[in-house]
Amino acid sequence: MRDAFIRQLAGLAKDDARIVLLTGDLGFGVFDEYRRILPEQFINVGVAEQNLAAVATGMALEGHIAFTYSIANFPTLRCLEQLRNDACYHGANVKTVAIGGGFSYGNLGFSHHATEDLAILRSLPGMTVVAPADLWEVEQATIALTLASGSAYLRLDKSNAGRTDRPGERFELGKARCLREGDAMTLVGCGGIVAELLAASTALSREGIDCRVISHHTISQVDHEAIASAAAGTGGIVTVEEHTVTGGLGGAIAEWCLESGVLPRRFRRIGLRDEFATVVGSQDYLRERYAMGADAIAKTVRAMLGAER
Amino acid sequence: MLTQRNTLDTVGLAKRIRLHALRMTSLGGTSHIGSVFSMADLLAVLYGRILRIEAASPQWPNRDRFILSKGHAGAGVYAAVAECGFFEVSVLDSHGQNGSKLSGHVSHKGVPGVELSTGSLGHGLPVSTGMALAAKRARRLHRVFSLMSDGECDEGSNWEAILFAAHHRLDNLIAIVDYNKLQSLERVEDTLRLEPFVEKWRSFGWAVREVDGHDHEEIARCLEAVPFAPGQPSCLIAHTIKGKGVSFMENSVLWHYRTARGEEYEAAKRELEGSS
Repeated sequence: MRDAFIRQLAGLAKDDARIVLLTGDLGFGVFDEYRRILPEQFINVGVAEQNLAAVATGMALEGHIAFTYSIANFPTLRCLEQLRNDACYHGANVKTVAIGGGFSYGNLGFSHHATEDLAILRSLPGMTVVAPADLWEVEQATIALTLASGSAYLRLDKSNAGRTDRPGERFELGKARCLREGDAMTLVGCGGIVAELLAASTALSREGIDCRVISHHTISQVDHEAIASAAAGTGGIVTVEEHTVTGGLGGAIAEWCLESGVLPRRFRRIGLRDEFATVVGSQDYLRERYAMGADAIAKTVRAMLGAER
Repeated sequence: MLTQRNTLDTVGLAKRIRLHALRMTSLGGTSHIGSVFSMADLLAVLYGRILRIEAASPQWPNRDRFILSKGHAGAGVYAAVAECGFFEVSVLDSHGQNGSKLSGHVSHKGVPGVELSTGSLGHGLPVSTGMALAAKRARRLHRVFSLMSDGECDEGSNWEAILFAAHHRLDNLIAIVDYNKLQSLERVEDTLRLEPFVEKWRSFGWAVREVDGHDHEEIARCLEAVPFAPGQPSCLIAHTIKGKGVSFMENSVLWHYRTARGEEYEAAKRELEGSS
């Protein structure tokens, strides 16, 4: 995802001098090509995330589209008040990019697990929060966030769901994408973990359980149409996020459903439950360990359906 | 081509800023009057003689940017920009009232002439640094002035920006420290020592001058001379008196919080009106 983002941004920045990329001293080797072609549109701010967000805001207020880049929680939680007061309150074109969503840096330990970022950033007024599932979504979201006015958070992941776009498909912020049709249950996810949803749905379909799979990339804006259709036309909704279930994608969908009187037949959120990962391991290992991998998703769906059969 | 605004009588302007702020905080029941009085002379010189701004065109691209980082003294900036004609002086009386845009801590929304909203300390200088960097890169000639408090220098974010501004040779950035030696609970010296303060800024690569923050001629002479050194950001450390202008408010932490009402308000007003 990281490389897809940088390639796309370089392509955009070549034709738009307003675009600047600021890093908080991370991304070894990642920016070589970008820096070679666009040295004037790259700044390493140093290990200083508060200043990273604030300098980006200052530049954005002077007409730039300022992308900040760092890993895990550093460009978000470390400088949350700068994002709130400086970027969001001023409607500044600050696009915060974090590589390392969820358990991407699984074996580096809890400090590098980004598992509350979506909920926290989603609560900021004016902040568009996007967690792409695949490389096409990364590229498209980079374009869309560049064109959209205001502050945004792009959460990138080490894993990805490949390329799921269909010929001629158009990407739209706030518009969820149906990756697979089915009516037994709807699996809604965001981020690279959508690959696990697809794997779970493949396994379930062998058992005659056809699940709809939705990539709900824009967490800050629930796609009413997609969720209402899932509630009305399938056996229920299971949300999956490599993140706490508190306030993230599942929370956003649950809030909207209850308030709108759209009641899925069954509803379940998969994610961390009031906990930190206290063991380390690969992203795949931690997904399994914390019951959000393909097997755990399939098991949840079976249990939800079986309980009522 | 940059234009210089008409020079105002800065002594009269400082007096009006203080009287407005006293009335505003009294009507609005807001605090920090001591912090406004501390920097009122700096504001008067900036708005009266230094800043290239156009009230008729608040977003004029070549305007100097003024950022109040010590946002709690927002009443002073509202008064200054109103006096400069950005909006009607009568609007000031809504400060702190229900439904007002003029918040206790400075906010730009719906308030022409205010560049940045602050209130949490340690935000103004870092954002100013980004603004100065953008101006440098675009080869624009305007300057960015950031007025901060001394207690605010406890915030680590400022030192991130101080490092950054020197590294990037932002000589279009001017930090002005309202050094009144008092912070929220007690003296700076007893809270978190800043001294040797001048040396700290210098060692971080800034060109530094000190000034009596109530002497208009001295302040103007310094600010007309920025950048103090080419290729370096400038820091003006202004030695000030918190509560300056009202005898019973001077050098008192109490007036960081207290709202002047009734007899106290009248007494303060009399002192300010009687001053030259």
